[in-house]
Amino acid sequence: MTENSLDTAGRQAAADKAGGERAAASTPGGAGAPDGLGGPAPSRVVAPPPDRVGRPPRPTLGRRAAAFADSLWRPALVLAVFFAAWWFVAAREYVPNYLVPTPGQVWETMTTQWSELARHTLVTLYETVLGFVLAAALGLVTAVAIAYSRTLDKALYPIVLFAQVIPKIAIAPLLVVWFGLGLTPKIILAVLIAFFPVVISGVAGLRSTDPELLDLAATMGAGPWRTFRKIRFPNALPHLMAGLKVAVTLAVVGAVVGEFVGASEGLGYVLLLANGNLDAPLLFADLILMSAIGIVLFVLVEIAEALLIPWHASRRAGVSLTTS
Amino acid sequence: MTAAPAATGTAIGMSGLTVRFTTRRSQTTALDDVSLDIEPGEFVTIVGPSGCGKSTLLKIVAGLVKPTSGEVSLLERPVRGPQKEIGFVFQKAALLEWRGARANILLQAEMRGMDRARAARRADELIEMTGLTGFEKALPHELSGGMQQRVALCRALLHSPPVLLMDEPFGALDALTREQMNAELHRIWRETGTTVVLVTHSIAEAVFLGTRVVVMSPRPGRIIRTFPVELPAHRDYAQVMSDSRFDRLATDLRGLLGSAAANH
Ligand SMILES: Nc1ncnc2c1ncn2[C@@H]1O[C@H](COP(=O)(O)OP(=O)(O)OP(=O)(O)O)[C@@H](O)[C@H]1O
Ligand SMILES: [Mg+2]
Repeated sequence: MTENSLDTAGRQAAADKAGGERAAASTPGGAGAPDGLGGPAPSRVVAPPPDRVGRPPRPTLGRRAAAFADSLWRPALVLAVFFAAWWFVAAREYVPNYLVPTPGQVWETMTTQWSELARHTLVTLYETVLGFVLAAALGLVTAVAIAYSRTLDKALYPIVLFAQVIPKIAIAPLLVVWFGLGLTPKIILAVLIAFFPVVISGVAGLRSTDPELLDLAATMGAGPWRTFRKIRFPNALPHLMAGLKVAVTLAVVGAVVGEFVGASEGLGYVLLLANGNLDAPLLFADLILMSAIGIVLFVLVEIAEALLIPWHASRRAGVSLTTS
Repeated sequence: MTAAPAATGTAIGMSGLTVRFTTRRSQTTALDDVSLDIEPGEFVTIVGPSGCGKSTLLKIVAGLVKPTSGEVSLLERPVRGPQKEIGFVFQKAALLEWRGARANILLQAEMRGMDRARAARRADELIEMTGLTGFEKALPHELSGGMQQRVALCRALLHSPPVLLMDEPFGALDALTREQMNAELHRIWRETGTTVVLVTHSIAEAVFLGTRVVVMSPRPGRIIRTFPVELPAHRDYAQVMSDSRFDRLATDLRGLLGSAAANH
């Protein structure tokens, strides 16, 4: 197998001289990293000629780092500009300091109260992740039921829709009354809010299977389980991953809303405390940590997506999302 | 490994097949009273204008489409649902876009729960035979249209089915590869005794491969005529092309298809 792919890669390089040489030049070691930063975007380097065949050569660590840096510098620049503007406004006191603290003050709060903040962050993170995982599992099961059975479709869709349209903030107090001040109501809220996009994307994905592929499976004498495992589920993955990305960011919202209503720990609880004490630096630090949770989890789902569906059009080299 | 068709009886029997598709806007009669018996080991080619119901006919035999009226039997058993004693090559290649060429071929084995090692060996044979060597791992979007169809062909042959249904399997191939694939398919058919039904738009292909050529009318599809092909069972491409019997039959077919289209 290895021989084969090497062989293919070799022939491909020969066929596509320019692209092949460039790829070969940046292959050894980490030499690709600085090269990729200043040079053309990697997506353009590997832009395939129409008759390209086989797999592109495996990206080296250096090339990967270059690609990573390439995808990172734009958001980093935006962030830097944002922080500069914030610092400018706060330091010049265009806005009173008790409303908008300087980045320095926020940083100081974060470092001095780090152990406390870390504990609360972990609590919220735990609620979010657990809520997200449960929502993903429940959502997938529901999506399969809806996609496979007309009866369940008619029975479940209204319930799913109802669970979605009911304002979560309105039922949060009820959940606290039912389940107390512990973690349970927060997790339930995170599940409720993250569930919907999983179901919708899962159903869309499962229903998008080419009927011809299902015909094919039928002529192979395959039962529903094999057809699901080998055809329908992998086919649904691109849709499903899109839904999971939405869901994971919503799960954070669910957990925090749950903490607003009644909690003794978690970032939502800290936010209310800081608000009550007019402690703007703490409030800002808290907001930053909340966003960080959302971003980190989102990126993790993106990585899972890249690993699970490298074959999908949205993930192919040459049509990469970083191409501006 | 080779299929052992029953020595007697019919491999495929169709009688009085009529198919009507009702959609929200219209009603289409795709097939109108089609009857055809195919003996084991026959190679029947079907030609006809676009939209006359050729694909529909194959799908009925495979049990994927239910006829509005009429009866079908496959290997002496009535067709009630999807049939698994067949290899089906669809008009579109119908490959799984997340699997490489070889894995796409092996889907057949996985879905049937075939012996892995044997299936793998057979897949490698077929890959070699169809000239896909070196592309085992290439994903469908990295293959040309013709290569995709060859992968679909290998997949349909993997389990050595007694009946092979092929819907324009070589439509996306260049002329030269097409000839090679025709010769290859002819060899496979001779060696295995598989019953084949092949739909094509190429008159040359229909005559070279078929023991019988079935000509269909424009929609609603009916069988206008069937021609026995009086060529030796063992055929060589160049020889057949220069054979006067080939010329005569091809001219007849062209005339019939032309007049059928004109009358429509
Ligand atoms: N599922 C369907 N629903 C409605 N109409 C259909 C359906 N499948 C086929 N038809 C109609 O039946 C007719 C025959 O279709 P079919 O695909 O069998 O033609 P064909 O002979 O294979 O054509 P081609 O040579 O272009 O592939 C067409 O008019 C088509 O519109
Ligand atoms: Mg067709």
